[in-house]
Amino acid sequence: MSKDVIKNIIVKDDEDYIINMGPQHPSTHGVLRLEVCLNGEIVKYVIPHIGYIHRGIEKMCEADTYKQIIHLTDRMDYLSAHMNNEAVCLAVENALQVEVPERVQYIRAILDELNRLASHQLWWSAFGMDLGALTTFFYGLRDREKILAIFEESFGSRLLHSFNTPGGLMHDVHPNFQKHILEFVKYFRKKLPDYKNLLTDNVIFHNRTKGVGVMSPETAIAFGVTGPSGRGSGFACDVRKVAPYGVYDQLDFKQVLYSEGDSFARYQVRMDEMEESLNLLEQLVAKMPSEGDFTAKMKPIIKLPEGEYYERVETARGELGVFIVSKGEKYPYRMRFRSPNFSNLFVLNTLSKGLKIADLVAISGSLDLVLPDIDR
Amino acid sequence: MENTELMELITKVIPYGTVSQGSQYPEVIVPAGKLHDAAEQLRNLEGQPFDYLINMTAADFTDKFTVYYHMESTQAHNLVVLKADIADRDNAVVETVSDIWVTAEFFEREVFDLFGIRFKNHPDLRRLFLEDDYGFPLRKDFKDEVNIIELPN
Repeated sequence: MSKDVIKNIIVKDDEDYIINMGPQHPSTHGVLRLEVCLNGEIVKYVIPHIGYIHRGIEKMCEADTYKQIIHLTDRMDYLSAHMNNEAVCLAVENALQVEVPERVQYIRAILDELNRLASHQLWWSAFGMDLGALTTFFYGLRDREKILAIFEESFGSRLLHSFNTPGGLMHDVHPNFQKHILEFVKYFRKKLPDYKNLLTDNVIFHNRTKGVGVMSPETAIAFGVTGPSGRGSGFACDVRKVAPYGVYDQLDFKQVLYSEGDSFARYQVRMDEMEESLNLLEQLVAKMPSEGDFTAKMKPIIKLPEGEYYERVETARGELGVFIVSKGEKYPYRMRFRSPNFSNLFVLNTLSKGLKIADLVAISGSLDLVLPDIDR
Repeated sequence: MENTELMELITKVIPYGTVSQGSQYPEVIVPAGKLHDAAEQLRNLEGQPFDYLINMTAADFTDKFTVYYHMESTQAHNLVVLKADIADRDNAVVETVSDIWVTAEFFEREVFDLFGIRFKNHPDLRRLFLEDDYGFPLRKDFKDEVNIIELPN
């Protein structure tokens, strides 16, 4: 809350009233409470209240080994579980200067893109439903199920797979892994035009999102809004391009950028990213070595050398940072997660000021917030 | 721009700071009292302003706090870490940088919530996750006999 908002509260006129949206509200996508000050249906300010599912993951990490921490990171941004795992693994591997087998790097990148697709599908489903288009939920979840089936086949779990471990993977993937991915890519390519016909070209949807919640690139950078939300404002913040990790520097893909900065631009970025992910999946499956180790040789007890380490990856929602202060023990001395949603949430007040309350739902939907990642 | 050039440039504008190449990124260590000035210098650095504050956090070293600022220049894509030590743990105060980067306002609220470090001139320094009477859990001397079970070594 900035100074001018505080002033607003003091000079509140008699017509204003405050309502609480949440903590149990379908359009906040989790336990988020938005304190909304309204005049009629015009939003005067929004104050997010968070902490309802604060589990103290950073504190718990201080008593866990690096292999145990992997399982906690799943529970932050549960829709980008694989990228969260990978961030910790990369931090540990880079600190120990472990050479990860090429096959592992390809499998990780494939899972990154599959997870990104699954996450964007769920966002698309829920975003449509936020704006009153119920059908999107059935379309999105129907197609997401195919990805979850691939996950289940290889890892035995659908959402929180904890498949990464420092140095590589828990075990090798299922023999049908590549085949099923190519089948899925073919299937989803045919389904994407349906998404376009149903929502992207819908006039009601245009009226609800175009010109709503315009974020300038300066605002995006000042608030640290990353991921598709930031790229919808023209902020080139894709970590896969800015600071490539894994095999991303060997792949041919483009960073999706839109300059309008409204809710529709943020929507377009994610739709284009789905297509980019499909292209990436095809490249990755073609290049992936069919044989090789699934893990590098690691010591049973991992101890990081004394020092500070920072590692960044691109999740489905933006830049995830892992900051480790190590004192040479098997536990990190301090572990910090820079979660993308945390920064994305607080721009809500700036974007929705002066708009109608229904637009607030459209804006918060277009930012694609996942609450456990904010509270940690 | 090479890191050495960048480090020379930073040394020129922050003469009171220690600039060194860390294990990954250049690091700038400044006294806690000069933090706001150093942040402002980096934000307005000639040619490549560090306009994107990626991450701000703190760590408790039992005799001192250290605050970390990871920042990136969106033009040159260089990353720099700004660090400052706060020696007085009982009355830890440091000046806010939320007037330089808006996002710092919320990072600082989180650090205040979990470490109890106060930020001078912060527009809205309230606790973010926890209740007002809860302790500061990320301090190393934090005790919670109900919820935290200490394992024997």
